[in-house]
Formats: sequence, structure tokens, C-alpha cells
Amino acid sequence: MATIQVFDPASCCSSGVCGSDVDQALTAFSADVDWLKQHDVTIERFNLAQQPTAFADNPTAKAFLERSGADALPLIMVDGEIALAGRYPQRGKLARWVGVPLQEKAEESSCCGGCC
Amino acid sequence: MADPKFLDQPPRFLFFTGKGGVGKTSLACASAITLADAGRRVLLVSTDPASNVGQVFGMTIGNTITAISAVPGLAALEIDPQAAAQIYRDQIVNPVRGVLPDTVVKGIEEQLSGACTTEIAAFDEFTALLVDSALTADYDHIIFDTAPTGHTIRLLQLPGAWSDFLAEGKGDASCLGPLAGLEKQRAQYKAAVDALADSQRTRLVLVARAQQATLREVARTHEELAAIGLTKQFLVINGLFPQAETAQDPLAAAIFQREQNVLAAIPEVLNQLPCDHIVLKPFNLVGLTALRKLLVDELPLDSENKSSHHAIPFPSLSNLTDDIVKDGCGLIMLMGKGGVGKTTLAAAIAVNLAHRGLPVHLTTSDPAANLSETLSGVMDNLQVDRIDPYVETDRYRQRVLETKGAHLDAQGRALLEEDLRSPCTEEIAVFQAFSRIIREAGKKFVVMDTAPTGHTLLLLDATGAYHREVAKQMDRHSIAHYTTPMMQLKNPKQTKILLVTLAETTPVLEAVNLQVDLRRAGIEPWAWIINNSIAATTVRSPLLCQRASNEIADIEAVSTTHAKRYAVLPLLKEEPIGIQKLLELSKSNQASIKH
Repeated sequence: MATIQVFDPASCCSSGVCGSDVDQALTAFSADVDWLKQHDVTIERFNLAQQPTAFADNPTAKAFLERSGADALPLIMVDGEIALAGRYPQRGKLARWVGVPLQEKAEESSCCGGCC
Repeated sequence: MADPKFLDQPPRFLFFTGKGGVGKTSLACASAITLADAGRRVLLVSTDPASNVGQVFGMTIGNTITAISAVPGLAALEIDPQAAAQIYRDQIVNPVRGVLPDTVVKGIEEQLSGACTTEIAAFDEFTALLVDSALTADYDHIIFDTAPTGHTIRLLQLPGAWSDFLAEGKGDASCLGPLAGLEKQRAQYKAAVDALADSQRTRLVLVARAQQATLREVARTHEELAAIGLTKQFLVINGLFPQAETAQDPLAAAIFQREQNVLAAIPEVLNQLPCDHIVLKPFNLVGLTALRKLLVDELPLDSENKSSHHAIPFPSLSNLTDDIVKDGCGLIMLMGKGGVGKTTLAAAIAVNLAHRGLPVHLTTSDPAANLSETLSGVMDNLQVDRIDPYVETDRYRQRVLETKGAHLDAQGRALLEEDLRSPCTEEIAVFQAFSRIIREAGKKFVVMDTAPTGHTLLLLDATGAYHREVAKQMDRHSIAHYTTPMMQLKNPKQTKILLVTLAETTPVLEAVNLQVDLRRAGIEPWAWIINNSIAATTVRSPLLCQRASNEIADIEAVSTTHAKRYAVLPLLKEEPIGIQKLLELSKSNQASIKH
């Protein structure tokens, strides 16, 4: 099964409450991450403010930051290759990447989500 | 004299809490000495960034436990929360410095520069002191001159915060973010929080002055901390003006009366706490002799000291407004800690400008302020309204919970709700409410009694990032016609930030920190205002004369080092109410300066 890595933008408030507005996409994505985990998909998230070494150690993420800057995050990689950047994927896309069948809505989402 | 109530049968941990300048550190030192003198083994822990504990005992202490040779049984430790936060930041950022692009590194540092990071880093520092360990086994009492806020403790109590944060090293409680980089064990944090909430082990001493705003704030702290289990609380009203001083000095008599009135109307929740009153001392609380006298009731006043103090002619508020007027319009924001008089000063500036025939819009965010009462009248050119920070914050919280919180389970929702009680939230909510008024400042004067911190501005600077992009693509001519809110705040012709403080060491230091924070956002405070100065009055009371001369060094530091321009306002006999009094306030000192 494919492995997903998510490089999130820096945020001191993972919930975004310290930002000018709360990002709805982030909430949805966090629920999706939880859903993937329940299907035993390996998905890792790295927050720029808390795990910057993860960005520095990954040549693709590092090059991405050098070229496009932190404003262009998030960066989503599947099996080490860039799959999406600048926004979070919908659940359908995630399902396709990892080959998990999309079922009816999984209501339970764990402790929300931070972009961290 | 008998020991004060807060030192009667003290438990193992004593925390002194209260806003800057009320005398927490002095009280903590005096308490530590009292207990050590009684034969107890005491560890004194100071987290005051202006810690003068070392100076008090005439020795260098720093961040290792140091025995105080002059007081048998006493040892001390100084924790600098800013330094702790810096160490934490360095741990995260240093490995990527020079590896990731500089702008990216800078952005990471800003994210880790909030008040929450500092507080959590400080909590981490004293966690080890709250759990049983070889480090603290030798002490009967551990005295802290600070206490964590309710926000921090509640976050640490939330089970969801732990399960995600410390088990996996990441999670959702935003204000716990800093803990991700800290190495402590989950069990140790839990033990520390348990110790705090255990009334057998922990006593909380709320320190206040006899000022209405301060007592209101203390009442809030009391309720917040009681709600999370810190029920063993004592109240100390520090620095009360002694009646004996009032005889021949009208200002002294007015201060005494004002304080007595405030005490008579003390918030009900505080009235139920065991309470000690400590009389204002004429001497600086430095050195063992002075500290041993702090907790003593009556002091024979030095009757030899009959000299009086004459008001020093400092620049007045009107001198500042003369300069403000030159730019024709713009935003005037007053910034400073609670209780320094921002609302009154905002009203005085607005009245001064309106009196000169200029159109002014005055807005307050002080929920207790009644501007129509303060002004008690209408003026041509002066438009007044208010923003209630509680209402705005509540509206913001509700909106976030309804949108962002909609998909969360109970635990996730609890964490989000707690995040929304962080100090940042109120500031953002109020600033958003203000931002619609800001636009008016292109045509007239807008005076506000609040301003966002640099940290908040940098976080909110989404428009700023956009602005940089636009700036790159525009030539000089077209950019002149394009402004973003951040550009407006950075331009001293459009926005003037006035830092308000008192002529005392800790409040000045707090204002310096605000200034550093603003400079990080590229904003230079335009002027400083030192409010309630005794040095700017004429007094006869020996106590007030002493206080006046104590102020000189702090005022000098502001005028020579910290401020580009400044004004000093005298302590008044009564609150300036009414347009006439406000006008006089802005002109006080002015007559003398013309001589």
C-alpha cells in the first residue's frame, strides 16, 4: 500500500485559532487522515514549526521550500513523490492514491485536527 | 507582629500571582525569609524576568539552586521564562538554520514566539520542582513568585491533550505545541498538575493593589483557578497607603480615600478569602533589612524628613498631541498592560484633538469603561463608540466552534474550546472588530485604547505576505496608491502607537517587552506615556516624596533609552471625569514647561 507524507505549514496554533481565520479544509483533512489510519494506511504529518528537520532531511520538501517558499505549503507526497501542493486533497483522491475503497461517510473523527 | 494569614501553617508549595508591579517578588522573598528565620528549609523560585532576587540578597543566583549565605535554611533559583523559551526555540530551529531558506526559518521562529510558548517553557522548567525528587527533598517549602495561568493548567488537565500530544509527539492542542519539543515525561507533567490542584500541598496567594481594575482582574484569576481545583487561595492587598501620611498632603489624603473606597467595594468573591493588608513602605525593597520589614505592620516614619518634592516639568500629553496634529489624520493606538490608564488617556487625547476642531472617532475596548460618563457631555467633532471584548471574543469563539468544531468528537471539541480561551483569541477577536474602524483613519483621527501585539500582527499578516508580492511587481509610483492594513500600521504618518506605563521597574520592563515585540513586526512605537507619576506632582508627605525620588531612575530610562518621544502625567487627586478635566489632564505640566 502507498505511503503518504504531509508537510504542513508552520502554525503555533494547530487549530488555527491564532490565525486570521480558521481553515475549514484543515478540519476536513484531519478527519480524513484519521479515516486513512483506520484503514491501516501509513500517513505521516510534519508541521514546519515543530518538526522543521523533517523538511530539511527530505530533499524534495527542502527543494520545494527553496523554490516556492512556506506560503506554498501544504505539500503532499505519495511514496516519496509530489502528489499535490498548495491545498489539501479530498478524501476521494486520498482513497485513490492508496487504493482504499471509498465507503459511506465515517462520522467519527478523532481529536480533530490540527494541521499539526 | 503575628505572621500574616497567608503564612499561617503554610503547605509545601506557595505560589504568588498577580499582575506586573504589584510586588509579587518582594512578597515571595519576604515570605521565604520569614519561614527560613522560623527554622524551615526553604527554596525560593523566581521567574520574574526582572528578577532582583540576586540583588536583594547581594549575590548572583541564576538558574541553579544557590544557598543564600546570609539567611540560614534559604536557597534560591532564578528561572527566566524568556530564556527558557529561547532555548526551546533554538532546539527546534538551530538544526535547520542555513539549511532551509532564511524566510522559512524566520517564519518558524515567529510561530514559536507567542506568549503560550513562553508560559509552557516556564512551566516545563519548574515541573521538576513540583514532583518529589532528590532535587527538592531537602526543602520544607518551595515558594514561587509566579503561577501558571488557568489556561495552561486546564490544557494540561485535558486528557485529549496528552493522548495525542505526548504519546505521539504531535496532536491538536495548539497552545501545547511547545511541549512537543520538550523531553519531559507525561507522568511528570501529570504529577505537577496534580500537585498544583492539591490543597494539602499548594497554596495560592493572590497579590493585588487597592485599585478597582486590578481587583477585578484578580477576581477573574481567582474564579478561573478555583474552577480547576486550586481552591486554597489567600488574598494580599499590597502597598496600601497609610492614613498617618495624609495629614498635610492633599494628594496623600486623596490617595488614601480612593483606596479605602475601592476596598469597601471589593468584589464579593474576593471578600470571602482570607486577606492580609500590607502597608506601603517608604523604602526600596532591596536588601535583607528592608525585606524583613515588609511584613511588619506599622513603621515609624522618619519625622526628620520634612523636605517636600516639587513637581518636575516633564513633557505633557499636549506636547505629544501637538505633534500628532501635524499629520492631519491617522490612527492613534494606546498599548500597555491592564490598569495603567489607557482608556482615560485615549479619551484625553481624543478630547484634546476635538477641542482643536479636528474630527475624531474615539473607541474603547474596556468593558468597564463608560465613555459617555467619562466624557459626561458631547463635543463637536467627537464621535464615540465601544467594542465589548467579551462579546466580540464570544462571537468569534462561537463562529469557530460552529464551523471548525462541527466535525469534532467530544474530546477534540474540548481541546478546541480550550484553545479558544487562549490569550491570543481575545486579542484577535478585538482586533478584527477594530479593523473596520481603522479604514476611517485615512480621513480623520481614530483613537483606540488598545493595540495588537507584534506577535499577533505577524500571525495575522496574511495580507502582509500578499503585500510583499504586490510590492515586487509594482513600480514606486503605483505602490503609492496601494495600502494594506499592515502598511498602514507600519507607517508612522498613518499610525502612532503610544506605549503606556507607570514609573516603576516592572511595568517599564513589561512595556519594553511590548516594544521589542512590535519592532519584530516592523512597527516602531511613536511615543511613551508614563502615567500616574508622583514625581510630576508637588507633594509633602515623606512617603510620597520618597516614592517620587524612586521614580526618577525609571523615568530617565524611558526618556533616554526606550522612547523616541515621551510624556509624563501626574497622579491626580481624582479620576478625570468630564471634558474639561480631560482637557486639563492633557495640558498638565504644560504651564511649567513653558517657564
